[in-house]
Amino acid sequence: MIEKMDKLEIRSQEYKLSEATRQEIVELVKKYPSSRSAILPALHIVQAQFGFVPVEPMAELAEMLGILKGDVEQVVTFYRMYNQNPVGKFHVKICDSISCYLRGSDELIQHGLQRLGTRLNEVSGDGQVSISKIECLAACGAAPCLQVNDEYMYNVQPEQLDEILDTLKTAKENPYYIP
Amino acid sequence: MAQQEQIFPPPPPLLTDKPPFEYQLLKHRGIPGFDKLEVYRANGGYKGLERTLSMQPDEVVAEVKASGLRGRGGAGFPAGMKWSFIPKVSGPKYVTCNTDESEPGTFKDHELIENNPHQLIEGVLITCYAIGSEHGFIYCRGEFARGIRVLKRAVEEARAAGLVGKNILGTGFNCEVVIHSGAGAYICGEESALLESLEGKRGYPRLRPPFPAVAGLYARPTVINNCETLSNVPHVMREGAEWYSKFGTEKTKGFRVYCLSGHVERPGNYELECGTTFRTLINELGGGAWKGRKIKCFIPGGSSTPILAPTDEVMDTPMDFEGIAARGSMQGSAGVVIFDDQTCIVGAVLRLVEFYKEESCGKCTPCREGTQWLVQMLHRLENGEGRPGDLELITDVGSNIAGKSFCLLGDSAPVPYNSALKLFREEFEYHITHKTCMVGPRAGKQLAGVH
Repeated sequence: MIEKMDKLEIRSQEYKLSEATRQEIVELVKKYPSSRSAILPALHIVQAQFGFVPVEPMAELAEMLGILKGDVEQVVTFYRMYNQNPVGKFHVKICDSISCYLRGSDELIQHGLQRLGTRLNEVSGDGQVSISKIECLAACGAAPCLQVNDEYMYNVQPEQLDEILDTLKTAKENPYYIP
Repeated sequence: MAQQEQIFPPPPPLLTDKPPFEYQLLKHRGIPGFDKLEVYRANGGYKGLERTLSMQPDEVVAEVKASGLRGRGGAGFPAGMKWSFIPKVSGPKYVTCNTDESEPGTFKDHELIENNPHQLIEGVLITCYAIGSEHGFIYCRGEFARGIRVLKRAVEEARAAGLVGKNILGTGFNCEVVIHSGAGAYICGEESALLESLEGKRGYPRLRPPFPAVAGLYARPTVINNCETLSNVPHVMREGAEWYSKFGTEKTKGFRVYCLSGHVERPGNYELECGTTFRTLINELGGGAWKGRKIKCFIPGGSSTPILAPTDEVMDTPMDFEGIAARGSMQGSAGVVIFDDQTCIVGAVLRLVEFYKEESCGKCTPCREGTQWLVQMLHRLENGEGRPGDLELITDVGSNIAGKSFCLLGDSAPVPYNSALKLFREEFEYHITHKTCMVGPRAGKQLAGVH
């Protein structure tokens, strides 16, 4: 029992909002007539710190916004972009809605999974990469398209996906980030 | 991969050096650095705002009304009319710009915000002035992370130049523009769900009335316009209503961005005068179906609009609200998706309906449960396990979703199936009787038990 408590304690320390995160959220809240309105962008900031949205800081965030923990939970569980579990350091999200489907997204997803040796939504052994499907990314004119974390890649053919996955295997920062 | 290739959209292979329509909304194409304030201003930027601030708010509303500008989000409601519904009461009023672009086949806002952010910001400022608001929100879908960075930079640039914030251009007009980020939910493109989301809640649609003009964001009078609509506003105010209404057709004025995708030679965004024909967009500019194939059918205005067959009559239809309605479909968001003759229509419809299943917010039972059933039945049909009577059953389930939910998502879910069944009934029946596809790469292959 005591051991279990310790583990929880360690975890809640590990998932504490950093001072920088807190500061960014404080600044963000000032822009809105109601602090609750800041929750969606605030959760993006939380996710940027941990790579996903852990349960532990939800109460802290709720307190900062002057709402209940349940108000935070219902938002986290509703919106697709918040990862409730850890994903790869680089999360490759391949669009499989109609325009991408018509130009080979299903084959692209299969190809990528084979290359990576994982199943859908599964993180590679080294924790670097995971592949998921995603609904329409609004880049249908450049189908098939995908995102590496939040950065777009357009007109991706299987050979290019190989190249992307190889690059991500050893990457430290997202190589496809454009300011 | 070179960085240039990642900027949306990748350079479209044009047939000629001259664009088919002199760019207004897409003026950034061919002018480097258009996202920078000085370049935007050197090309007529913020002239519309300057003229606006020299007029009375009512005159601005009247001007936009006279221009005939209609909403580009799908419904085509006259923008000026919408603004005129805002009551003249004291206290805060809000303008929200819907940039939650998620309708499959639509990708114009993506290009507009990443390359031409000031055009939208100017549109928001003008709208705020017209309705007496000091707060504009641009709600972008969270996936537009780069677009959001571009917009935020543009707002700060505009603020430094006295175009956003207190006492804009020395006229005493105060206005804040906030760039807000969603987090992945198609439903938030529905205006009342967008307001809920902007208030920090789940994106569940609201019951109406009251309409947003009366009780919108924080229960205050609110105007919600699409990103492309507000991107049109600076042009209306810079050049005047008379100039603007010279473009387009009798009831659909101006120009707009048509999004062409799917099995077409040259997919991309095309800015054209409203009322250009499908033939011009798809065949002359888009180069027709890819790989030398034929067009089987197409979606004319985003995944929620009924599929059309490319008959001569349809191809010569002017792309405006009335023209497309006369052919039994809708202008919608102007997202045109082409299917070639090697497409199995059952598979394509399944993929379209899966989207609505994934994106149903779960508030209304008919939509939440019905979209699941539609997908299950279409899935078994597609995989050779359809049963006699399935087509009628799918129609029946669809008719129990449409009109029985709070918002249009439920109405849209059965649309792909219903319209495709009308055009290609024999292909659906073939799936039941032959347990395989009639066309496409899987045609003739035994499908049952494969999945």
